[in-house]
Amino acid sequence: MPAKTVYSVCGMCPVRCPIEVDVENGESRFIQGNRQVPSIRGALCTRGAAGIPFVRDDERPQFPMLRKGERGEGRWQRLSWEEALSHAAEKLSEVRDRYGSRSILWSDTGGPFSDLRQAFVRGLGSPNYFSEESVQGVNRQHAALSLFGFTDDRLVLDLKNAREVVLQARNLFESVHIQQANDLLDGLENGGRLTVVDVRATVTSGKADRFFLIRPGTDYALNMAVIHTLLKHKLYDTAYAEKWIADLDELGRMAGAFSPEIAAAETGIKAADIEALAQDLAKAAPRVVWHPGWRTARYADSFFVCRTVLIINVLLGSVGARGGLPLALRPEDVGQKGLNRFIGLFPPVTEQRADGVPWKYPAFEGGPGLLQEALGAVHSGDPYPVKACITYQQDPLAELPDPQKLISFFANLDLLVCATSAWSETAWHADLVLPLSPYLERESLIAQLNGIQPTLLLRRRCAHPRFDTRADWEIIGGLARKLGMESLAFASAEDIWKFQLDGTGVRLQDFDAKGLVELTGRPHYERLTEGFRFPTDSGKIEMVSFRSRRQGLPSLGVYAPKNRPAAGTFRLTLGGCGLHSDGHTVNNPLLHKQMPENVLWMNQAAAAALGIADGETVAVSVQDRSGRIKARLSEFIHPEAAFMVPGFGRILPTESRAFGRGLAANRLMPGGLDIRDPSGGGLALQEHVITVRKL
Amino acid sequence: MSKYMIRHDPLRCISCKACEVHCQVKNRTAAGVKPGVLITAGPDRLLDKVQVLSAFRPCFHCEKPWCVAICPTGAMVKRAEDGWVHVVRSLCVGCRACVGACPWKVPQWDESTGRVVKCDGCFDRVAQGLHPACVAGCTTHALSFSRPNENVRKVRLLYAKSLLVVKDAG
Repeated sequence: MPAKTVYSVCGMCPVRCPIEVDVENGESRFIQGNRQVPSIRGALCTRGAAGIPFVRDDERPQFPMLRKGERGEGRWQRLSWEEALSHAAEKLSEVRDRYGSRSILWSDTGGPFSDLRQAFVRGLGSPNYFSEESVQGVNRQHAALSLFGFTDDRLVLDLKNAREVVLQARNLFESVHIQQANDLLDGLENGGRLTVVDVRATVTSGKADRFFLIRPGTDYALNMAVIHTLLKHKLYDTAYAEKWIADLDELGRMAGAFSPEIAAAETGIKAADIEALAQDLAKAAPRVVWHPGWRTARYADSFFVCRTVLIINVLLGSVGARGGLPLALRPEDVGQKGLNRFIGLFPPVTEQRADGVPWKYPAFEGGPGLLQEALGAVHSGDPYPVKACITYQQDPLAELPDPQKLISFFANLDLLVCATSAWSETAWHADLVLPLSPYLERESLIAQLNGIQPTLLLRRRCAHPRFDTRADWEIIGGLARKLGMESLAFASAEDIWKFQLDGTGVRLQDFDAKGLVELTGRPHYERLTEGFRFPTDSGKIEMVSFRSRRQGLPSLGVYAPKNRPAAGTFRLTLGGCGLHSDGHTVNNPLLHKQMPENVLWMNQAAAAALGIADGETVAVSVQDRSGRIKARLSEFIHPEAAFMVPGFGRILPTESRAFGRGLAANRLMPGGLDIRDPSGGGLALQEHVITVRKL
Repeated sequence: MSKYMIRHDPLRCISCKACEVHCQVKNRTAAGVKPGVLITAGPDRLLDKVQVLSAFRPCFHCEKPWCVAICPTGAMVKRAEDGWVHVVRSLCVGCRACVGACPWKVPQWDESTGRVVKCDGCFDRVAQGLHPACVAGCTTHALSFSRPNENVRKVRLLYAKSLLVVKDAG
């Protein structure tokens, strides 16, 4: 009999699902999804299931460590927390005194638990707080901003009630989001239909009613042809357009040339099929969800892909509709007060950001920022020197392209600190490692989740730390105390939660029953009613973006035909899988056993032309970069594409299982820090062509 | 057969293998030991559609289990009350006769303990009114667990209700 059940929040990937944990004798024994949350009903994915083996594993940083030899040499001295925090505070003060507060850069995972960390950076007086969105969703966020005046976290995906769903480069059933996957399966069981657009067949495409095997890099042409068809045949929601869309004629002009026939030549998808898709979407409108995507840092025109996806949803009237993309409600929208924010304890920093947002890039928003630009400032000293970098649960050397170059940038840092619960490539190169307790051994801030039912979610500590590790609020508090920011130093997690809840009417004990508190009795689909204004200049959804224009960029650019890779070369494409969360889980005892290494998916015929057989190890190269990986042949991947799951090819001696297994995709991207989408700010990770040779 | 049943719905299954990992965590098995396995294949063309196929294979909990018959120490037993076939750990000497006898090679040899591990239907959880770990955590509710008569009762109830509704309308 489990002694008790603790409600908490998963931390194995960025989705952060609500969980319940059986705890016996101070040890977590079994985890499943929170059974009282109707959208997941107890479900927990493979990565989440492997949380306990992660805690039990000894192969993670167990105590604070100070580098002794050269960076990356792996010689460490054990420190006490007192020593470690004093050291960090002393070094940060030195950098601050010499170069100013702005020369301190904080690189974070972002997300709903980050308020205290953002407050710490602001309290230090630095404008340089970043998350890794520039290799994830920044193009999507900026596309939403350019249309609606808000980012896409204000949109909910009502996959359960949608009649037509399109997943474009969103492998939802492998790169799993539990709630979305279940909502979609429920919707399909109730007669909804699914279209999948991808460069290869996957579990997701296998559940689709319609699968478009698209030529890699041509998604923008497909989307423009859909817009063209919707406009030409007046299939869009004219009443909705009249009310909510600004500059529809401009859109007509931009999409005018994109007939399905032209798109067919580029994408390899039949013109008739494109037309049929547009017709079907129109029939189902407004109960349509064309998924805005997850990783959108793919091509140099991914911003336009994201923008056209959102425009298609808008034309079908699905933005703001049940069964489409209803607006997320915030506590204030339902007459409640939101959480108190720590960041409000300090005045905004007026100093310019190192990444140029928004003073150099007015189209973009400051929030997650452009990490590659800030790291570029570490290298160049332009616009000013950046001399200290703190990463929190984030691994630029594994997540950003061209780590070889990044390591050379790091040579300019006086201080590199990593707060992390697992080993990471960046931690291995750090000056100081501050070991974070795994999520089952730490509390987090209360998270505020906006949605059709705004909710407060609490991560509780399930068990005491096995090693000398600490929670983020303990680390931040310790540093804050030493740096004279007493207002961020709390004696207990309860004190933090009380600060957040003060005046909201929600009490801490309200979380006892199910680990979360819903702020409305039931889900509420708010309609776009008279008087609603989008936070744009016109108050409408803007086909012509004033933000893009301010930066001298087109709202929707001219489609540039994609080069076809020469024989023996392939466009490198990337995507997640159900078993790993980028590099964070590759050394997990059970997940490693499930998937010890990545493979290179190649088209069977294209591989046969090179004499490559299934399962054979092949040589991969790009300019002076090379590596070896096993080939996985499939009839059902586009012949121009080669596909890999990123995060493998680890080279840390502290990770005995993952060491040397598979190939790191980001090391095959020479110059990749400079290859980006100018309109969206994201890095273009799929603009690299690899050569594959038989060994 | 056991009087309980674990069902697998391939239409909902996403081949993620969370069932295997939930089982391993609950039963604290070594990383290579899997009492329940999800077999997947593909993507392949089937009925004019390219899809990934899957089938869940824990243990059949046979009516006349060969693993029980061959076990020399009485470690492998079939519970009379519910039909779950399981290993009594203290009696297992690790001879692996059951592994050889099982036509589907369900019993798993755990070299870290020198004993056999096998799906026991999580009867400890079931006794508490819970589902087996694989079912409880399944990412997409592709696995379901039924207790005897539970389905029968549900179907009966639905049928009876439908009669009442018709009567109401009349």
